[in-house]
Amino acid sequence: MLSLRCLAFNVRRSMFLSILIMETIQGSEPRMPDPDKPYPVTVLGYPAEMIGPKETYARVSEQIAGIPLKHPHPKFWLIAFALAGAMFLLFCIAVGYLLYRGVGIWGINIPIAWGFAITNFVWWIGIGHAGTFISAILLLLHQKWRTTINRFTEAMTLFAVMCAGLFPLLHLGRPWVFFWLLPYPDTMSLWPQFRSPLVWDVFAVSTYFLVSLMFWYLGVMPDLATVRDKAKTKWKKIIYGMSCLGWRGSARHWQHHQSAYLLLGGLATPLVLSVHSVVSFDFSVAQLPGWHSTLFPPYFVAGAIYSGFAMVLNLLIPIRRLYGLQNLITTRTLNNMACVMLVTGWMVIYGYIMEAFMAWYSNDPFEKHMMWDRAFGAYGWVFWGLMTLNCVIPQLLWSRRVRTNGLYLFLVALSVNVGMWVERFVIVVQSLHHDFVPSSWKMYYPTKWDVFTLLGSIGLFLMLLLLFIRYVPMISITESRELIAQRKEGQL
Amino acid sequence: MIQEKLSVTTLPEPEIEYEEPALFGMMAEFEEHEELLKAARQAYSEGYRRMDAYSPFPVEGLAEALGHEASPIPLFTLAGGIIGGLGAYFMEWIAMAKLYPLNVGGRPMNSWPNFIPVTFELTVLIASVSAFIGVFLMCRLPHPHHPVFNVPEFDRASSERFFLCIEADDPKFELSETRKFLEGLKAVKVTEVKE
Repeated sequence: MLSLRCLAFNVRRSMFLSILIMETIQGSEPRMPDPDKPYPVTVLGYPAEMIGPKETYARVSEQIAGIPLKHPHPKFWLIAFALAGAMFLLFCIAVGYLLYRGVGIWGINIPIAWGFAITNFVWWIGIGHAGTFISAILLLLHQKWRTTINRFTEAMTLFAVMCAGLFPLLHLGRPWVFFWLLPYPDTMSLWPQFRSPLVWDVFAVSTYFLVSLMFWYLGVMPDLATVRDKAKTKWKKIIYGMSCLGWRGSARHWQHHQSAYLLLGGLATPLVLSVHSVVSFDFSVAQLPGWHSTLFPPYFVAGAIYSGFAMVLNLLIPIRRLYGLQNLITTRTLNNMACVMLVTGWMVIYGYIMEAFMAWYSNDPFEKHMMWDRAFGAYGWVFWGLMTLNCVIPQLLWSRRVRTNGLYLFLVALSVNVGMWVERFVIVVQSLHHDFVPSSWKMYYPTKWDVFTLLGSIGLFLMLLLLFIRYVPMISITESRELIAQRKEGQL
Repeated sequence: MIQEKLSVTTLPEPEIEYEEPALFGMMAEFEEHEELLKAARQAYSEGYRRMDAYSPFPVEGLAEALGHEASPIPLFTLAGGIIGGLGAYFMEWIAMAKLYPLNVGGRPMNSWPNFIPVTFELTVLIASVSAFIGVFLMCRLPHPHHPVFNVPEFDRASSERFFLCIEADDPKFELSETRKFLEGLKAVKVTEVKE
C-alpha cells in the first residue's frame, strides 16, 4: 500500500498521465476516506464516488421522479422561466422584424455575408456535441460516470441543435422557401446541388437532430413509466402513461430496448464526429485564406466537445446544487468532465498552433497575411481575448481544487463558453474581412438585431431546458438503478 | 309468442351476473434481480414457456433465461442502413447525373467523393429510424392497458421490485400447482393476475 502511494505521488506530478491512469483503472480502484475532503478519494487523490453510498433503487426513483411530480423550488423555476421567456420574446421580436425587413437589419455585408448568424449556428451545434459524446461515445467506452448526466446532456443537445438549426434558415433571406434545400420531385424539376457542403449540412444537421431525438426518447421511455407509476393525480397518470406508451419493463421490452439503444449509440458515435466535420466543410471547402485547411474537421470536432462540456458544466453546477443532486452527480463526475475539457482544450490549442504554423510554413502570402491580420489587425483584440478565454484561463483546470470546486469550475466553463463563441466569430468574420483583393476588404459591425437574435436564442434554449427539468426526469433513473445493482455486485 | 311478450307491462328486474374476470396469470414478486433471474431459470426448467419477467432496469441474461429468442433489431438496423446508403447514393446520382446534370468546373457528373457525406448521413438516419421503429413493433407498443397493471403492487415494478408472471394459457399452468411452485422460489408475494 505504501509503495502504491509513493508511486501515486510520483505519478501525480505528471498530471496528464494521471488523468489517463484514473480513467483506465477506474472501477477496480480502492477508495479511502480523506480527512481534508468531504468525499472519499482514490489512491491518486481523486474523488471516488460515482453515486452516493446510501442510495437504493427506491431512493433514487423517488428522488429523481419526485422533481417533475413535486416541483420543488417553484419560485426559482418561475423566475428563471420568466427571464428565459422574456429573452425568448426578444427573439420573437428580432425574428419577426427580420422576416418583415430582411437580413439587411443585420450588420452583414459583402464580403462579410455570414456574420453573427453562422457564428451562432456553429457555436450552438458545437454545444450539442457534448451531449452525444457523453451519451453515445462514453456509453460504448463503458465510462460509467456518464450515467447520471447523460439524460440532461442529451436534452441539452436537442435544444442546442434546435437553436442552431434556426440560424442558417433565418440567414437564407427567404426562410419560407427553406424546403428548396430538400430533395423532392418538384414541379420545376430542380434538385439541390449535392456537391455543395451547404446541402451536406442540411442532411448532417437534420440527421443529427432526428437521431438524437430517437436516442433520447428511447432512454426516457422507461423513466416516464416510473413517473406514471408514482403519479398521484389522474391527469398526471394519463399524460405520463401516454408519453411512455404503456411501458411495462418486461424482459422482452428490455431486450429489444437495450439492443436498439446500443445500436443507436454505435450509430451516433460516427454521426457526432461527422456533423461538425460537415459543418467545418462549409468553411474548408471554400478557397478563402483562414478557411481552406485540412485541419478543420478534427479541430472543429474538438472545439465542439470543448464548448459542449463547458455548457454542460455551466448548466449542471447550479442545477445540481439547487435540486440537491450531489449524491447522483458527484464531484467525481465534475472532475471527469473538467478533465475532458482540459484534453479537448489542448486539442483546440494544437489547432491554433497548427493554423499559425501552416500559414508560415506554406509561405503562401495570403495565408501569412491572414494570420498577421488575425493577431494584429482590426480584430486583433478579439483574437487575444479568445486566446485568454480559451487557452490561458482553462489551464486552471490543472489544479484539482479548481476541478472539484463548483464555483471555480463554473467560472472556467463560462470562460470557455464565451471563448468558443469568440473563436467562431474570429473564424467567420476575420477570415472574410480580409480576402485576396484589398479593394474588397471591409469591416463588420454587429447591429442591435444581431445581438438580440443571439440573446434571444439563448432564451429559447434556457426556456426549453427549464421545461425539460420541470416535466421530465432529468437523470436516467434506470441507469442509476443499474449503477446501484453493479455496486451491489461489486463491479463498481 | 312475440305478442305475448310485448303485452307484458312491467318487466321483472333483470338479474345481472357479474362475471368473474378471467385469470391472466400468476405473478411472483422479488426483491433482487438475482432472485428473479434464478426464478426465471427454474420456471423454464420446470417446463413453463408462456411467461414474462418485469424489472425496473435491464437484467442481463433474463430474456435468455425465459427462453426468448434473440432480438431481430440488429437485422432491422442493418437492412435500414443498407437501404438508406444505397438509396441516398442512388438519389444523388440520379439527381446530379441524369435528371439535372450541371457541369461544375468540368468534373464528372457522377462525382462520387462529393456524394459521400449525404450517403453517410442517410445511412445512419435510416438505420436509426429502423432500429427505433423496430423497438415499438417488437415490443408491441403503444399498449397502454395490460392485465399486469391490475396488480396493485405492480406500481413498484418501475422503481424497485422484480416480478415474474406465468401466464394462464401456458399448457403447464395449473392454479394451485403454479402457486406452490412460485411460492417455493423465495418470492415476497404471489398474486393472481386478472384480465
